[in-house]
Amino acid sequence: MMRGNRTLTIGVSLVSFSVMLFLLSVIWTPYDPLEINPELSLTGPTSSHWMGTDEYGRDILSNIIVGSRTTLITGVLAVVICMIVGVSIGIATAMSPKWVESPAIFGIDIVLALPTVLFAIVLAAVYGPSTFTAVFAIGIALSASVAQVTRREVNVILLADYVVAARASGSRIPRIVRKHVLPNLRASLFVQASSASAIAILAESTLSYLGLGTPPPDPSWGRMMASLQQYLIADPIFPLWPGLAIVITVLGFNLLGDGLREALDPTLRRDVE
Amino acid sequence: MTLLQVRNLTIRFGQKLVVDDVSFDLDAGQRLGIIGESGSGKTLTSLAIIGLLPDAAAVAGSVVFDGVEILNKSDGELSSLRGNRIGMVFQEPLTALNPLMRVGKQIAQPLRIHRGMRMKAALARAIELCARVGLPDPERLVRSYPHQLSGGQRQRIGLAISLACNPSLLIADEPTTALDVTVQQEVLKLINELVREEGSALMFVSHDLPVVSSMTERVAVMRSGTMVELATVGELFSGARHEYSQKLVQAARRSDDDFVRVSRGGRA
Repeated sequence: MMRGNRTLTIGVSLVSFSVMLFLLSVIWTPYDPLEINPELSLTGPTSSHWMGTDEYGRDILSNIIVGSRTTLITGVLAVVICMIVGVSIGIATAMSPKWVESPAIFGIDIVLALPTVLFAIVLAAVYGPSTFTAVFAIGIALSASVAQVTRREVNVILLADYVVAARASGSRIPRIVRKHVLPNLRASLFVQASSASAIAILAESTLSYLGLGTPPPDPSWGRMMASLQQYLIADPIFPLWPGLAIVITVLGFNLLGDGLREALDPTLRRDVE
Repeated sequence: MTLLQVRNLTIRFGQKLVVDDVSFDLDAGQRLGIIGESGSGKTLTSLAIIGLLPDAAAVAGSVVFDGVEILNKSDGELSSLRGNRIGMVFQEPLTALNPLMRVGKQIAQPLRIHRGMRMKAALARAIELCARVGLPDPERLVRSYPHQLSGGQRQRIGLAISLACNPSLLIADEPTTALDVTVQQEVLKLINELVREEGSALMFVSHDLPVVSSMTERVAVMRSGTMVELATVGELFSGARHEYSQKLVQAARRSDDDFVRVSRGGRA
């Protein structure tokens, strides 16, 4: 019981840390993240540049702070897309007759078989790299697994006695979806949304790392990672910063999902006798 | 006046015949017990009456409720009967309640659907219904979740839901099987009282002959999908015609005798 709350607390703290970076980036950064200072190229951490500077002498801390925008916007938008698309497809296939369900499952399986990053690379190659292309590709790719999980959960819920009982008291399909299916799906949806955002953030970093995500000059943790790792031998601390930022955010979203699941299940709740 | 008329009801799953040519009548305010072992088709018969058979089931025959044929009705048409004119109590009171919805709202649902009541009015009525089914402290109780209640309390909630709209027919499918024996007696007594006060007809499905005979006037005995005997409780105990019914009566008598012997201090 304590574990559930602690997981949630750590998850919320880590995620709010990223959110605070995001808010901070709107009002203030230590330096202009795009300001080039050739004479300050690749300095280690100093009192004026806490995380050091990159090969162009840009302040790494400022870039990390501004990079949180790309990360969070990608995470949130990709999750919104994959939840809306995935949950609607999942519920619709679970409730439709067999001759609709089987081909739909086949289609979902095909999308599932495509690796998320590969799908995004194809889209980026066709439409050119941009944050939006990345978000769209990640959202669609993730919606397949969301649809799959949702369909299975809904199938279980539809067989539950309380759904039969609800029909026996006169509820029709729309009411059953609203009052019984969605609430009982809720815990699973939160977990899925949370882990989907973790995957989305990781996928965006990967794409940017490969040069297929957010184009320069907008700072992105993945691209910072790619450019700073070239100086790994000079000082291993350079790629540590964007790496740490990615790990904290991804971990935060994963823990948030786990914590939420436990907090939302009334049978696991402690505040009631 | 005939409330429910079941004629040649036959249910198949693929090639498997699970209910075979079952016919019976139930008048308004009358009580009928359906008894049989598991797999005898008694639950499927009751599900057919409210049109909630699984999609895989193929149904033939006719079920007429209050002059309306049920079997060819669409789900939408049937849902205006369910929970309104026909109430149903389920066997497993925990799983028949939505675990994430407060019980007050679950009682309010049929009222909102069939009576078009607003949530506030429906909840007020839910509190009255809770008091009616003998639940203590109903104002507090309607705010609890199913897992916070005992088995007996949950089944009382189930009764409150099924009786919310004063149905003319109450179908109780093994309503006390999942309960402790002492709680079972209380719930049976409650069903007895409520059905009498509401003037509803009762279809009581069970595998337990003593329970059925204490609740109903007539008993239909089912075995592997067929109705082998339909008689009054008196007729059944004085002279059951079918071999299976005779065995049931003997078993009921024997357990009764054992009970008497044990309670007098003898050995069973």
